[in-house]
Amino acid sequence: MIYNEEFETLPREALDSLQLKRLQQVVQRVYHTVGFYRRAFDEKGVKPEDVKSLDDLKRLPFTMKQDLRDNYPYGMFAVPMSSVVRVHASSGTTGRSTVVGYTKRDIDHWSELMARSFVMAGLTKNDIVHNAYGYGLFTGGLGAHYGAEKLGASVIPMSGGSTKRQIMILQDFGPTAICCTPSYVLYLAEQGEEMGIDMKSLKLRVGILGAEPWSEKMRQEIETKLNIMALDIYGLSEVMGPGVSMECQEGRHGLHIYEDHFIAEIIHPDTQEVLPYGEAGELVFTTLTKEAFPLIRYRTRDITKLMREPCRCGRTHVRMDRVTGRSDDMLIVRGVNVYPSQVESVLLGIEGLEPHYQLVVDREENLDTLEVQVEMNDSVFESGEIKVLQGLEKKIKKDIKDYLGVSIKVKLVEPKTLQRFQGKAKRVIDKRTLRNG
Amino acid sequence: MKVEQISIFLENKPGTLENATRTLRDAGINIRALSLADTSDFGVLRLIVNDVEKAKQVLKEAGFTVGRTSVVAVLVPDRPGGLHGILEVLSREKINVEYMYAFVERSGENAIIIFRFNMTDRAIEVLQKSGFNVLPGEKVYSL
Repeated sequence: MIYNEEFETLPREALDSLQLKRLQQVVQRVYHTVGFYRRAFDEKGVKPEDVKSLDDLKRLPFTMKQDLRDNYPYGMFAVPMSSVVRVHASSGTTGRSTVVGYTKRDIDHWSELMARSFVMAGLTKNDIVHNAYGYGLFTGGLGAHYGAEKLGASVIPMSGGSTKRQIMILQDFGPTAICCTPSYVLYLAEQGEEMGIDMKSLKLRVGILGAEPWSEKMRQEIETKLNIMALDIYGLSEVMGPGVSMECQEGRHGLHIYEDHFIAEIIHPDTQEVLPYGEAGELVFTTLTKEAFPLIRYRTRDITKLMREPCRCGRTHVRMDRVTGRSDDMLIVRGVNVYPSQVESVLLGIEGLEPHYQLVVDREENLDTLEVQVEMNDSVFESGEIKVLQGLEKKIKKDIKDYLGVSIKVKLVEPKTLQRFQGKAKRVIDKRTLRNG
Repeated sequence: MKVEQISIFLENKPGTLENATRTLRDAGINIRALSLADTSDFGVLRLIVNDVEKAKQVLKEAGFTVGRTSVVAVLVPDRPGGLHGILEVLSREKINVEYMYAFVERSGENAIIIFRFNMTDRAIEVLQKSGFNVLPGEKVYSL
């Protein structure tokens, strides 16, 4: 099933001309209504009229997260507040939060894109959706909520937290779909098991999981523990919220970006040069239809690649690969680039470990150290033998060295001792920055 | 003739060991023998207790990661050469000792040595054939 068959299966040429038309409109709008863009365009010596083809996009200036902070709270809005019906804000864990706004029409579009995403996951109006994304300033909760209602499904507006209650509702209300972060759904599975509940026999059929990078191995783990299909959804508040792209159940390989509403580019994070399809780099978005908070070439910091090959689901929209990391999450350990998600896939491939880990980066005598703390499985210590544990540590060290080319320290910890996250997981503790102030 | 030993995984931080012994005390479990092995990252506390099942259960409930291993207890006269006699036999039979610990029996005449071998059944057979006194589990639990 396809929610909006006409737009989701537009032939390439029609999609290109739609994108160009919408791009020309949005460029005009931001130039004349947002001071930041007028200055940025003028500085680059480019005028809205210069956009004559999609290729001209690369002549336009980038928008950085810092630009949004500098214009806090409403400086980037392209409409008066009287037209804004809602605001959201990012969590602001890495600095001052960024505020985004929506007109009535923006909310309608967003709801539609979320409804498209649910249909991509095989949902219909007969489904019951357990929405465990946080409601509030975070876009996850309300974004998924409006989309599910638009589709006509029944929404359970759980929000985050109160894990025991979530599990009770999963049992009693019989939801067929769940929306939350991949790490939280695993946590729910684990807590449910602990309470003696058979988490495999719930009515849940599909998970629409996002808001943090995760790996294929983690997908398998979730699918086995809950007996569901786990699909990846992507979005960010600056660009809209969840539902910028979604993985289809037919392909399960890459997330379709709704190209009638967004243009995606991949650039080299350092040289800023646009990279061809298939090459990994930083994902950049231009919004085509947003009224309140349009963005030109917004640098997401997310690392991925774009795939143009046709998909078996019939949608023509380009797919982005799983986000493998964030260019600002990237750790440089003794000169080697390390993404936490790469460490995760190595760990999940080793027998005897739980999918819970933390990375501690420090500096000893001017040398970076990376310590991987990971929970072992109860069964590993069945024999009580130290050499079994040491063998496991050795294997982790070797595999990480083989795959990532970096030597690490390993610390095995007991099951259920590392911190659990109900929102986005924070896996990295970088003591180097703490110390440097 | 095997003895059941409990192993507890201990993270290297203050209070972990105390937490383990408190759990055992609260459950009224008596420790017969123990040894603590350490690596740079963690420790393993090995115990022979009077009630293996109960000890394992209360420790698990308290959140400890617990393992269970079969070991061999041998009674030797407490005099020079006592241990050496045992090792001579084992060495001849090419049996490896993975680790061991010992304590002196209450009377003071004998020592009891707890062994972990790479081949437990074969070790018991060899020791018994050579006339050593291998103690059954029940005897060790109730010392």
